[in-house]
Amino acid sequence: MHEDLHQLAKMLHELDDQMVACMKCGLCQSVCPVFAETMREGDVARGKIALLENLSHEMIKDAEGVQEKLNMCLLCGSCAANCPSGVKVLDIFLKARVIVNTYMGLPPAKKAIFQGLLTKPALFNTILDVASKFQGIFTKPASEVIGSSCSRINAPIIGDRHFMPLAKKPLRKLESARNTRPGKGGYRVAFFPGCVVDKVYPKVGQAVLKALTHHEIGVYMPAGQACCGIPALASGDKESFDKLVQHNLELFEKENFDYLLTPCATCTATMHEIWPLMSGNQTQSMQERIASLSAKVMDITQFMVDVLKVALPVSGSGIKVTYHDPCHLKKSMKVFEQPRALLKSNPRVQFVEMAEADRCCGCGGSFNLQHYNVSKEIGQHKRDNIVASGAQVVATACPACMMQMSDMLSQNKDQVAVKHVMELYAETL
Amino acid sequence: MISTSLLTEFKNLLGKENVMDSESDRHAYSYDAAVLDAVIPELVLRPTNSEQLGKTVALCNENKLPMTVRGAGTNLSGGTIPTKEHGVVILTNGLNKILEINEQDLYAVVQPGVVTAKFAAEVARRGLFYPPDPGSQAVSTLGGNVSENAGGLRGLKYGVTKDYVMGVNFWNAEGEYVKSGGKTVKCVTGLNISQLMVGSEGTLGVFDEIIFKLVPPPVASKAMLAEFDDINKASETVAAIIANKIVPCTLELLDNATINYVEDFTKAGLPCDAAAILLIEVDGGHIALVEDDAEKVVEICKKNGARRVQMAKDAAEKNKLWEARRNALPALARARPTTVLEDATVPRSQIPAMIKAINDIAAKYKLQIGTFGHAGDGNLHPTILTDKRDKEEFHRVEQAVDEIFDVALSLGGTLSGEHGIGTAKSKWLEKETTKATIIYSRRLKKAVDPNYLLNPGKIIGG
Repeated sequence: MHEDLHQLAKMLHELDDQMVACMKCGLCQSVCPVFAETMREGDVARGKIALLENLSHEMIKDAEGVQEKLNMCLLCGSCAANCPSGVKVLDIFLKARVIVNTYMGLPPAKKAIFQGLLTKPALFNTILDVASKFQGIFTKPASEVIGSSCSRINAPIIGDRHFMPLAKKPLRKLESARNTRPGKGGYRVAFFPGCVVDKVYPKVGQAVLKALTHHEIGVYMPAGQACCGIPALASGDKESFDKLVQHNLELFEKENFDYLLTPCATCTATMHEIWPLMSGNQTQSMQERIASLSAKVMDITQFMVDVLKVALPVSGSGIKVTYHDPCHLKKSMKVFEQPRALLKSNPRVQFVEMAEADRCCGCGGSFNLQHYNVSKEIGQHKRDNIVASGAQVVATACPACMMQMSDMLSQNKDQVAVKHVMELYAETL
Repeated sequence: MISTSLLTEFKNLLGKENVMDSESDRHAYSYDAAVLDAVIPELVLRPTNSEQLGKTVALCNENKLPMTVRGAGTNLSGGTIPTKEHGVVILTNGLNKILEINEQDLYAVVQPGVVTAKFAAEVARRGLFYPPDPGSQAVSTLGGNVSENAGGLRGLKYGVTKDYVMGVNFWNAEGEYVKSGGKTVKCVTGLNISQLMVGSEGTLGVFDEIIFKLVPPPVASKAMLAEFDDINKASETVAAIIANKIVPCTLELLDNATINYVEDFTKAGLPCDAAAILLIEVDGGHIALVEDDAEKVVEICKKNGARRVQMAKDAAEKNKLWEARRNALPALARARPTTVLEDATVPRSQIPAMIKAINDIAAKYKLQIGTFGHAGDGNLHPTILTDKRDKEEFHRVEQAVDEIFDVALSLGGTLSGEHGIGTAKSKWLEKETTKATIIYSRRLKKAVDPNYLLNPGKIIGG
């Protein structure tokens, strides 16, 4: 065991140069959504980095304890975006999760999901298709405005969540795979809806396709798309992550296009930032292939505003809509003006800014499953800000945030609908 | 080792979740923002009300456990690093209530764990003003600010934390309640213990409630930025402004290195080719008076060799200028892995001499030093950029620090303007004071803390 710990320490040395940049000023405490709830130093970036440093210097023996702290993180990037020393916190944490996981091993349930299911898109899709047909037996509608459900029975995995049910038909069954040439729009794009849009919010995918068709943009949407890989990587499963990257890479390399668009902030940030970041172990040519595809990845609202320049300055007088900044769009991609521009130029929308619009919603992917109580407390702040804004609709640009906000608003019995910016845009066409 | 029964006792008192004894939790409270070795505490305790705090102190005292109170752990002199043998950390972030803001009598009562910026914002919401604004205010706690006598950018005109402390109620080493000061402007009841508590770095008592003075906010302000080709001219301008009987609320200096690092980080539009800039703000109760002062300041800057003086057009522009200054230290920190931030302070008339000496020291020891600071009150932050992993270079850093202190003292200055002494500077204390000063302080400490359990080793060593 001692020898193993030495091995782990040695592996963590590769992070040393990045970790030493943290001067322990502690300013991350002011922005970390998890710390705001738990007030524990081990939950904030400075504390986690100190623990990793001590693990790498063999000053600490309880690797499991460090792993636990490492997982107590939304990977929202609020700390990194506000870090005065520019510490690459997300790089450190993702790499550390892979290293610590390699040492500790993946929990059996995750292993089954990532390696047995997620990396096999056809099987994954079939299972969830079947699940969507039977989910009504165990769940019942909770809110009509939001469209959420809650459990009919006492199911530990659901708890008291008001979750978004799986769509009756996923996007790929509603909209066939396509490969069209551009019309007057001039551009040709690849479309990557992402798992949550495909399985829970196909209407978001349909809104995007409607908008692209309206603007006569050529679309390459191949069948057989796999997950972007972030759930596996966030759990430290680099092997599954690599498989997913490769699968998608091969699929999208088949065609030429100007941009690879997604309506999911997390998919965008993962494909644009994390794919190249984590490609260090790949061959030179593979790294180059990843880099060239990554460079084309763009958020759909950014495409609409920056490339198509659709936003026109119209002051809307319709329904009150507020906007929530997905962390992976604002903090990772620095995209926050474009979705607002789309809303402000929407004649059916009266845009209102909520307080702390860029405060994390608390979803954090599997963080929500592992630490639901903390996730819920963070989500409650978001809900309070949404309600205080007086908006009838909260718009965002990430389906994971949509799920989290739906859960919180539905549990509070608020009559506030949750929509993707693109849905509101598509309604005007 | 802490016995299982004592652990149980703490858990019964504070609740299981507020007693942290796992290895990973303890390691997360072993450091602060000072460049010093970490010390792992044996236990971390988080009381969530006053009574729990008192009982925690009493229990630690009975069991001879040295206590280090910690707010946000932003200390720059090691004051919140726990004690080596059986050290216990007492967290105050569970004691974070603003108990009262009194708009008639202009005071506020707070628990020690209230975050400075949140307090200042709440006070501002009531139309009042709490001026101390240390660089870490977004996270720092008021208890920590009082313990360190924290300063900030507004020190020149508005003073520092000590100027706002009206009362401190605290638990003594035995866990008995001591009250000092009060809510009235005049109060001469008993010894002036409140002020003894200010800057005591947790060595004399454990704060429970603090009473702060509040003031009416200034109604008008004007901010300016003056660029200089020669840092000595900037220093002379500072002296000239004060000599002309104008007291700006802020008078900050950034040298060329600092300007570039800040600009790189904030993109605030600073002049990267200037040898130094002064960020100056004047404020007051009437716009005409403020504008008058601002014009005089502009004139003085030009007369003393400023190559360009700009006045911020609006609140947003002003805010951006100051935001840049607030990021000076963090921005410097990006240049090299380790940042050694000093705060040697001199009488303001000695600023030109001090800055020259710092630049000479940087050259002598071949080090990168960026200097910025509160030039109006002589409180400079020579910031040494280094890599503590490079033993040879770090040795030169230590020599440079020694020399910086020697120069500051020779110019009639002090070791620390606002960061505290902690363990980082206690070895130099006698140089500035006398042997008798230290003995006197130690006797005082022994009298109120006979078991030597309140943050032992800080300030006066021992």
